[in-house]
Amino acid sequence: MSAEDIRSLLPMVILAGGILLTLIVVAIKRNHELAFVTTALILLAAIVAALLHLDEKPHAIGAIIIIDRIGLYYQILLLSATLAISIFSYISIHRLFPDKRKEEYYLLLMLATLGSCMMVVSTHFISFFVSIEILTISLYTLISYYREQAKAIEAGLKYLVLAAMSSAFLLFGMALIFAASGEMSFSGLSAITAAMSGSATMMLVVGTGLMIVGIGFKLALVPFHMWAPDVYEGASSPVSAFIATVSKGGVVAFLLHFFMMADLYRYPKVMLAFMVIAVLSMLMGNLLALMQNNVKRMLAYSSIAHLGYLLVAFIAGKGMGVQAATFYITVYVITIIGAFGIITVISPSDSEATDLEAYKGLFWRRPFLAALFTIFLLSLAGIPLTAGFIGKYFLLTAGLGSAQWMLAFVLVASSVIGLFYYLRVIVAMMKQEEDNLSASKSPLAAPIGGIIALSLLALLIIGLGVYPGWLIEMVKSL
Amino acid sequence: MILAGLIVLLIGCGMLAWLAGRWNNILPRIISLVGISVQLLVVVWLWLAHQRGSASALWIMSYTHSWIPAFGIQIKLAVDGLSLLMLALTSFLGILSVLTSWKEVNKRVGFFHFNLLFVLAGITGVFVSLDLFLFYFSWEVMLIPMYFLISIWGNENRTYAAYKFFLFTQGSGLLMFLSILGLYLVHGHNTGVFTFDYEQLLSTVMAPQTAFLLMLGFVVAFIVKLSTVPFHSWLPDAHTQAPTAGSVILAGLLLKTGAYGLIRFVLPLFPQASHQFAPVAMLLGVISILYGAKLAFAQTDLKRLIAYISVSHMGFILLGIYAFNEMAMQGVVMQMVAHGISTGALFIIAGTLHERIQTRDIGQMGGLWARIPKMGAMGLVFVMASLGLPGLGNFVAEFLILAGSFMANKTLTILATLGLVAATIYSLRIMQKVFYGKEQKQWTIADFSIREMGIMMSLVIALLWLGLFPSAVLTVSRASVLKVIESVDGRGKTQMGKADMNQRKTVHQTITITSENEQGQHWKINTKNSN
Repeated sequence: MSAEDIRSLLPMVILAGGILLTLIVVAIKRNHELAFVTTALILLAAIVAALLHLDEKPHAIGAIIIIDRIGLYYQILLLSATLAISIFSYISIHRLFPDKRKEEYYLLLMLATLGSCMMVVSTHFISFFVSIEILTISLYTLISYYREQAKAIEAGLKYLVLAAMSSAFLLFGMALIFAASGEMSFSGLSAITAAMSGSATMMLVVGTGLMIVGIGFKLALVPFHMWAPDVYEGASSPVSAFIATVSKGGVVAFLLHFFMMADLYRYPKVMLAFMVIAVLSMLMGNLLALMQNNVKRMLAYSSIAHLGYLLVAFIAGKGMGVQAATFYITVYVITIIGAFGIITVISPSDSEATDLEAYKGLFWRRPFLAALFTIFLLSLAGIPLTAGFIGKYFLLTAGLGSAQWMLAFVLVASSVIGLFYYLRVIVAMMKQEEDNLSASKSPLAAPIGGIIALSLLALLIIGLGVYPGWLIEMVKSL
Repeated sequence: MILAGLIVLLIGCGMLAWLAGRWNNILPRIISLVGISVQLLVVVWLWLAHQRGSASALWIMSYTHSWIPAFGIQIKLAVDGLSLLMLALTSFLGILSVLTSWKEVNKRVGFFHFNLLFVLAGITGVFVSLDLFLFYFSWEVMLIPMYFLISIWGNENRTYAAYKFFLFTQGSGLLMFLSILGLYLVHGHNTGVFTFDYEQLLSTVMAPQTAFLLMLGFVVAFIVKLSTVPFHSWLPDAHTQAPTAGSVILAGLLLKTGAYGLIRFVLPLFPQASHQFAPVAMLLGVISILYGAKLAFAQTDLKRLIAYISVSHMGFILLGIYAFNEMAMQGVVMQMVAHGISTGALFIIAGTLHERIQTRDIGQMGGLWARIPKMGAMGLVFVMASLGLPGLGNFVAEFLILAGSFMANKTLTILATLGLVAATIYSLRIMQKVFYGKEQKQWTIADFSIREMGIMMSLVIALLWLGLFPSAVLTVSRASVLKVIESVDGRGKTQMGKADMNQRKTVHQTITITSENEQGQHWKINTKNSN
């Protein structure tokens, strides 16, 4: 490995080295603040390293990894997301674990991020599979980290079984593709598959289909979504946010990479499968979210729908589609972290505030937090003045630009359905308080760090909603 | 610059009011009042400056600034006569809605005024945007604060009403957004220039079928806002449940954005498709007039009754717009202004009554004139306005619309005229049930205070002025109206098939109003038949 290789891998090297460093720090002195600060610094260092490398030429390391601008962009996004999540994790751990097992959490968090960051730059089945396993195995533990709670254990187990199965699908799909083409690197695939016989093409399509099943599980797309609400509900809010953003974001980046490099847009059958999945995800996600009284479950279904929206841009294909998907996932990451962050911050010490009841009258008890939550929810609903609107606009333009009228219509129709449940939460927050009730349920004073982080996220959303130019330029330059 | 300043001013005052509401209940009201008054002054100044000087230029003032260049999105604002009238109405009713909620709203005053000013900012944005993206943006910005106004400060069934309002308008708005994007892409593919600029999009060439579909997206959004039957059902609920200020803004301004959208965007952008759609639209208009009137007659809830009156009056607007001649279109503009004032006033009266006797059921009222003569007199004036009494603005408007659309479609216009008879019945029923007749209950009820009389008097004066000197309004809007008519006729016809032309007898007529001579207005109607 040359010095050049190390230099371009620096963000991941810092992260991996940082994990070891944190391990040592924890071994020397068990202290929650210390572990958190170390984590934050490591993540910051990795972000800076990635930023510094952003303008350099793409650098390929064998056929396994390519460090290019888009990969670095996604790494920065995922690392920043983890940084924000680690702040909320600190608050959440502080409340839920009074005395023990605080520090190891950060190791797992960083390890999972490492997996996700590797995934976005991998250009080979091997590197992809290794990174997705690093991510998934860390997640098993993170989900059931609060093992005193039955729901956490249930969620962890559910994720374990289904994720293992999806890995099996993924592996089998890769094997079929390898058998048909003899290639495991994405660029190799595109070169070889162009001139293949009918039966080999068949095998390739079937293999891709199996991989879609595996990826569908990771992204919680309908009909592979069953695990999502239970896992979101069982895991603590920061971990749910992590699954919804860092884990899914990595897979989305991989998907874009894979389809572009291997040029799978050529196979109408594969694209048809994605279209069906997109339509189902948009409709089912929003319809099922309507019936939820648990805010975390609602957000789970909503994130299913949002990944469905994202697929519209993905199906639209090269150029505009990739830009739109990248823009949308960025906005989605910011918003979802904000939403889960609110849940973390307003939760009392014994359990999380997940029931819709807990939000009644929040506007009058905690006006600032409620206003922030409203901004996040409106952004998820795609209302103007928030970044979610610009994101949705981008998706629709990409979809219509490649004449996907049907998908665009479903997107529009399902976002109207989506409005219902976002509004439900907002309405609940505006219900008049009954004084005695609110006094007894008064939560802890919100931690100042959490408030600052949430305000920054909300500012970003409004800022991007009013002046999205810079992010659009950024995404276009990738 | 001034135009962008107007929007920023309203938003800024809104934020200030919210902040000020933390300490004091009076301060937010004063801040809002000052903010909207400044807007009114600017609009009046623009109006006067416009009348003195360059009447020939279409845009009185415009402002362009790049916003998201990557997508060809600009902040392009411009004011012509039509927008100017709408802006004047916006700021006038804005001031009145702050005044009318002075005593009515006592909780979360700061947040209330924040929402109020935000709605007004959105409405201002709608009336001055010349970039379709910005237009849609403003269109949606109106909704959220309006939703808050209904769902926080509304009456007993507010949550349901707020949901319904939001879903109807948001759903139809998204269809319009699809159409805007479609238009953007068609224009982009044709010319290579991807832009949302209204003036560039005007010359988009497209297949008739595409044009028709794209037009439908716009039309749905606008006629939902205009509460045309069968898309009217959100309106009675929203109007009834909203606080008084909310009802005034809904009826006076939000409905007008639909009419404005049809005039400003649908007709010029899709002239040919509009011709195809005209019979359907006029029919819907007539159905709205008659069905709205029938429902108004059947209501027992005073606010609901007034809401159905709006449905009926908005039918006239739809009828007039699709008549495609200057007379009807001028009538539409007049109707927009006059209806904003008269219905706003009726809602204020209904709101005041509700505030004092805690009911809107007209079955429980009756004989109130003896107790509250001032309110009764005011009620009489505005009830007369809504049935179209000559001398008040609504008469001029309805007369022009009916006269204009008679030239376009005789049968439908005759049917629409029946609406005036119905209007007399339902309007007089209000007076009879509320102010005359037998007293149902012994209400102890205060009459209008000085503040409320001030509000009412300003509305009466405005309405009388419109009725007696309509030319003041009509000259302002004339250039814009002519431009719209010209674009529909000119391009609509060139694109229409010859065979179609022969069957169609198009009537051109122009009204010339000599505004130099204020007392005697000379209506010179030149009618010439082409073809």
